[in-house]
Amino acid sequence: MRKSHIILFIFLILMWLFVTWPTDLQHLIVGILVCGFVSFMIGDMFVKRPHVFKHLSRYLWFLYYIPLFIWECIKANLDVAYRVAHPDLPINPGIVKVKTDLKSDTALTFLANSITLTPGTMSVDIDAEKGYLYIHWINVKDKDIHKATEIIVARFEKILKRIFD
Amino acid sequence: MNEIIGYIFIGIGLAFDFFGCLGLIRLPDVYNRLQASTKCVTLGTCSILFGLFLFKGFTASGIKALLCILFIILTAPVSAHALSRGAHSSGVKLWDKSVCDMYAEDKKYKA
Repeated sequence: MRKSHIILFIFLILMWLFVTWPTDLQHLIVGILVCGFVSFMIGDMFVKRPHVFKHLSRYLWFLYYIPLFIWECIKANLDVAYRVAHPDLPINPGIVKVKTDLKSDTALTFLANSITLTPGTMSVDIDAEKGYLYIHWINVKDKDIHKATEIIVARFEKILKRIFD
Repeated sequence: MNEIIGYIFIGIGLAFDFFGCLGLIRLPDVYNRLQASTKCVTLGTCSILFGLFLFKGFTASGIKALLCILFIILTAPVSAHALSRGAHSSGVKLWDKSVCDMYAEDKKYKA
């Protein structure tokens, strides 16, 4: 058994326990058997760098990231509701390009998801090799790549870098 | 007490879902519509599910509602991303009054 197997097993068994919540012995035994088999078969396809799970500071930054994300999400919703309900439809859409320094797949996925759920922006495509994200912006404030990066990406990038990279 | 807060959350969720559907009708093109539907429907549905969790507490259905929130937050942005990318690569135009489309410029440059 390698570390990546064990980490995947923990994730799977937690998910199984939540799904079958008032847990009893039968559920537990079946869960352990199936999760053990699955994590044995596909162990290091998902967890490629097991050492990052040891750093405590990553979890603390993740706890800080959750309320920030929820707050941005609520702001995004109020923004969209305002734009939709306004009689003149105050939108100014366009697709802009921004740059990111993140490298790992997990970090890029979380960055793209966060961008989609935050005010006025939605990620359309990603160029992982060069680190470009193409973003549909409902109210384009600046077409320049650096200023758009500052407005859209910067607030998440620092935190996500500490969590996932 | 929990039930009152639950009703408030469900009401907020219904309002946001309504705005999402309104955006789906009023906004001009695919990408703007995806914006409205993804954001508002995600938070609206999560809010309704959270209200359900407040009703039920830590029982079987309450925990499943929490799990559904997690999966909706993880999957809704991904599906919006896939839909918008697919729309762009199959040639759906942006709205006439759009400001810029750097994605199309870069794709032309590559090809």
